[in-house]
Amino acid sequence: MTTNTAAGTATGLGPAGGGAGAPVAMQGLSRSFGAVRALDGLTLDIAPGELVALLGPSGCGKTTALRIVAGFEFADSGTVTVDGRDIAPIPAARRDMGMVFQSYSLFPNMSALDNVGFGLRLRKTSGADRARRAAALLDMVGLSGQARQYPHQLSGGQQQRVALARALAIEPRVLLLDEPLSALDAKVRLQLREQIRTLQQRLGTTTLFVTHDQQEALSMADRVGVMKDGRLEQIATPSELYSTPATAFVAEFVGTMNRLPGTYRGGDEVTVLGLDVPVHGDHPNVAAGEADVLVRPEGLTVEAVAGGNGIVTDRTFLGSLTRVSVLLSGDVAVKVDKSSTAAADLTPGTSVQVGVIPGGPVLIAEPRR
Amino acid sequence: MAAIARAEAEAQIPSPVRSAGGRRSFPVWRWVILLLAGIYFLIPLYAAVKFAGFRSFPDVFRQAGFVSAIGLSLRLALITTVITLLLMVPTVVYVHLRLPRIRRLMEAITILPIVIPPIVLIVGVLKVAPGFLLSTPYLLALMYVVLAMPFAYRSLDAGLRAFDLKTMVEASNGLGAGLPTTLWRVVIPNIRTAMLSAVVLTVALVLGEFTMASLDLYVTFPVWIVDFEQNSGYVSVAASLLALFVTWILLMLIVTVGSRGARKRGGGEVALFSVATTRTIGKITGEPE
Repeated sequence: MTTNTAAGTATGLGPAGGGAGAPVAMQGLSRSFGAVRALDGLTLDIAPGELVALLGPSGCGKTTALRIVAGFEFADSGTVTVDGRDIAPIPAARRDMGMVFQSYSLFPNMSALDNVGFGLRLRKTSGADRARRAAALLDMVGLSGQARQYPHQLSGGQQQRVALARALAIEPRVLLLDEPLSALDAKVRLQLREQIRTLQQRLGTTTLFVTHDQQEALSMADRVGVMKDGRLEQIATPSELYSTPATAFVAEFVGTMNRLPGTYRGGDEVTVLGLDVPVHGDHPNVAAGEADVLVRPEGLTVEAVAGGNGIVTDRTFLGSLTRVSVLLSGDVAVKVDKSSTAAADLTPGTSVQVGVIPGGPVLIAEPRR
Repeated sequence: MAAIARAEAEAQIPSPVRSAGGRRSFPVWRWVILLLAGIYFLIPLYAAVKFAGFRSFPDVFRQAGFVSAIGLSLRLALITTVITLLLMVPTVVYVHLRLPRIRRLMEAITILPIVIPPIVLIVGVLKVAPGFLLSTPYLLALMYVVLAMPFAYRSLDAGLRAFDLKTMVEASNGLGAGLPTTLWRVVIPNIRTAMLSAVVLTVALVLGEFTMASLDLYVTFPVWIVDFEQNSGYVSVAASLLALFVTWILLMLIVTVGSRGARKRGGGEVALFSVATTRTIGKITGEPE
């Protein structure tokens, strides 16, 4: 161990020998709690060194999936393999997974340094080596000055950084992050997002990250899996998820989405705002006829036209873009993005014509009742 | 009464000018209460000292049976404490971790020794206990474990409630620690205050218990004091006072030793200890926390 770390990177913390970057595969994972089906056949592959975020509303099963991988929960059926090996028979203590919890989980009776060194101590790393490596890890999360402090002396953000260092200290095969930023305030959350991502990429640790915050998932992950009712709705890169959502649920969960009444012509064609446009994504449950059409704010156009189909109700300045809120006839409220210079004359009360850009992502869903 | 009400009213006025004066005025009625309580507790002690006379104190140590009686009481206290901790710590941890739903049931069960009079317990036990236990005074230690259970359980329960046990155990587990290691390195260090409070209550209980020891025909310190009273009233009272101080010093010692090093972790452990204790006692007497 001593020679290994000495030969590592400048910090003495290169990717672990064979440990980091293990591929993870979940196959048909199901888990019920009484009558509640938390996971319903989840299948997900994580490539070595990849950061996959599981995103979804509370109760969608994302945390259950993570806890099954960690070994704190068991699947009723399905398998999890790490490096091709089924980990079901391995107890949590021997899975070599680093986990950061949503609630503060540092051991209150140990200093930051001892917290980070805890996993190494269990691995019989010698005292001096342990202290050196723990110190290097604390330095890596920018807390070398706080090594001797106890958890109650650290801020929430600092505690989570120590928890991250502690999880990384054991050179985990997989890093599991269970909403680690949820308890923190917005500014600290932004900083930590970047820090976690940078570290994860540098160490090349395969990471599963569970969150209900789409911003967090989209900004940090290589791929984002959107979950609903214990299943994966779609897994894709953040940009694919945004631009070509597979289902109406994904479309509405990720980013801002408008819902407009339209007429589904069957096949891939829908009529909305008097225009025939092609439909993207899956829509197995939608019958021809009345349908809701989903279009992003940047997929719509808005022009000031006397006697148009809507009236401007509000404007939000976002920098180069301005988000214009329009009330269409039939009491349908939509948001349209327009360049701020062009939107200057769209004051509230202006009559406007809203249209659809034919090339953009347009999805359909069953009409809401 | 009116003065108290006025002092309270003044204390509630959030005026920076008033605060200095208010600060000076509120201790007045507190001192009065403290004084009254002090008189209530100290007069009997003073009377006892006066009755026994200071010269009786050295005599206590020379009395027949004193050393063996206090020795037995201390041994019983030690054994009871060890058994209580070995039994109760894993039990309470297990209940918190795996069976949180039966916590209410556990509270009800552990209150039983207080509900059942000790005399009923000991008479029953003496009838059914096997000979090898009846022939040693250490049967009393087993009985005391039962008597101490309500106090020990509540202390430990309160301690664990103040600690995110599930997350801590999972964090430790995930880092590679099995349950014994987790218990030893993570759980116990963090419920030390609660364990300390359990120990203090247990020791105090054992050093003061009379009924069971007397019926079991073993001469513990309280039994010795009562027996001795027939020989010399003065020395007996001196011994009682001594018992009070010895117990008090012992408890202070436990608290001091137990909370050593806690300050650097900012635990404020002695303060926590008293909180845990008052919570415990409040719960036993059914007072709201």
